Amino acid sequence: MTLCESCGEREAVVHLTQIVDNTITTLHLCERCAAEKGVETGAQVAKFPLGDFLASLGKSALAGGAAGEAAASCPGCGATLADFRQTGRLGCARCYDTFEGHLRDLLRRLHGNTQHEGERYGAPSAGPVGRLAELREQLGRAVGAENFELAAELRDAIRGIE
Amino acid sequence: MIDIALVPDGGLSWLDGSGPQADVVLSTRVRLARNVAGVAFTSRAGPLDRARVLDLVDAAWRGSPFGRGSVRFLLDDLAPEDRLLLHERHLASRELTAAPSEREGGSGSAVYLSGSTGVMVNEEDHLRLQTLHSGFALGPAYAELEQLDASLGGAIPFAFHSEFGYLTACPTNAGTGLRASVLIHLPGLVLTKEIAKVLQGLTQVGLTFRGLYGEGSEVVGNFFQLSNQTTLGKSEEELLDHLGKIVRQVVAYEEQARQVLLRDAPTIIEDKVWRAYGLLRHARSLSFEEAMNLLSGVRLGVGLNLIPGVGVYTLNKLLVFTQPAHLAAYETRVPGDADVRATRAVYVRRVLDEEAGWRA
Repeated sequence: MTLCESCGEREAVVHLTQIVDNTITTLHLCERCAAEKGVETGAQVAKFPLGDFLASLGKSALAGGAAGEAAASCPGCGATLADFRQTGRLGCARCYDTFEGHLRDLLRRLHGNTQHEGERYGAPSAGPVGRLAELREQLGRAVGAENFELAAELRDAIRGIE
Repeated sequence: MIDIALVPDGGLSWLDGSGPQADVVLSTRVRLARNVAGVAFTSRAGPLDRARVLDLVDAAWRGSPFGRGSVRFLLDDLAPEDRLLLHERHLASRELTAAPSEREGGSGSAVYLSGSTGVMVNEEDHLRLQTLHSGFALGPAYAELEQLDASLGGAIPFAFHSEFGYLTACPTNAGTGLRASVLIHLPGLVLTKEIAKVLQGLTQVGLTFRGLYGEGSEVVGNFFQLSNQTTLGKSEEELLDHLGKIVRQVVAYEEQARQVLLRDAPTIIEDKVWRAYGLLRHARSLSFEEAMNLLSGVRLGVGLNLIPGVGVYTLNKLLVFTQPAHLAAYETRVPGDADVRATRAVYVRRVLDEEAGWRA
């Protein structure tokens, strides 16, 4: 067990590597001394990698703006923006739709971009029966949206399978 | 104790140092984050969800070309020291190995391993596909991973968004879900005090660096993990190309720095690496950190052809097996050995005795 270099009493759990004037130094501190020195521990960083951003996001959201998203909870998992702000983790894939406005802004800040340019994923086909149900559903939506060109294509595809 | 010998070559094939530039770049790791469509992400998933994810992955893995001759570890069944063993071997992340086993209904956390390829299940994301290769080998590592991704993605519906790409629990991984990292040894840049400049430069070109054990870990023994910071907005190939280009540049800087050291301070460098060797050879007590730093010195000596007869394999092996859980498992079989430093020194002396072909 390495003892804290500051108090010399408790176990050092924070190992802070600093680069100052081209010199690398490592400080071994216990949690309490690290907190006193204002060191953000690895655990905190890992847990809240987006801490500051999320905090500011929460404030601006509450101040107005996309008030709808701020108050909403995800229909997929029940998570709210406050949950995200606290944990730094989204609850499920639908959170990306529920909090789309905020996330697009966040993704742009994190990655400089929001449009995926990598490989496109095609989900495994659900077998002919599942596929048929999926196509019929799409057909219904296409008709509802008066997109008759798409509807015709879908109808042909359904006939093909039947 | 788990029988890690069940893992084909112990998951340690990268140790052999056979990969390109393996004396400077120890290993290359690429991982892809994936989630099962329609199931809450791990942190919000209930026991049934987690069990379902594990079932889906289990079936898909067994049905894939990677299933044959592979090994599965269920984290809930492992003692803490065995989890640590997997972590020290870089086969499972800290997040996964820290999963509380007493969680009601089980965590559903698992690791599947097949040679240099594997999957972590119910980690921060449902699936973390990864490959680990010797040396500087981004191309081969990703090629293998792509096969695994295609196999599993063909059997399990992954969460995918037409704009945001693969959806992940943390938005920092969304898009490609790809994180590629190389474990690189940079003593020349540290000794010539150029390292801060290089590390600062890295962050300006969209890369990031970490210590030996990834996120939040400290830098020991002049070992750095360099990896891509962003995952969205660029293709997998662009991300890998960019990282590869920068790593080649860093390796070139490191080689320059070593030549400068040899030219301007040959006696100091020679003395430094031989002192490191002498200490490893004769010390009776070694802390992990001291062992890492001395191994760094010897590695530099081997790279500069100052110390003959010590193989990269031996150095890599010492790096892995002097870690606390490995020492406990292989040397004393008593976890929490009172004098792990003495055990470490005995182990290092024995390995160097057996494998270093030339005596000082």
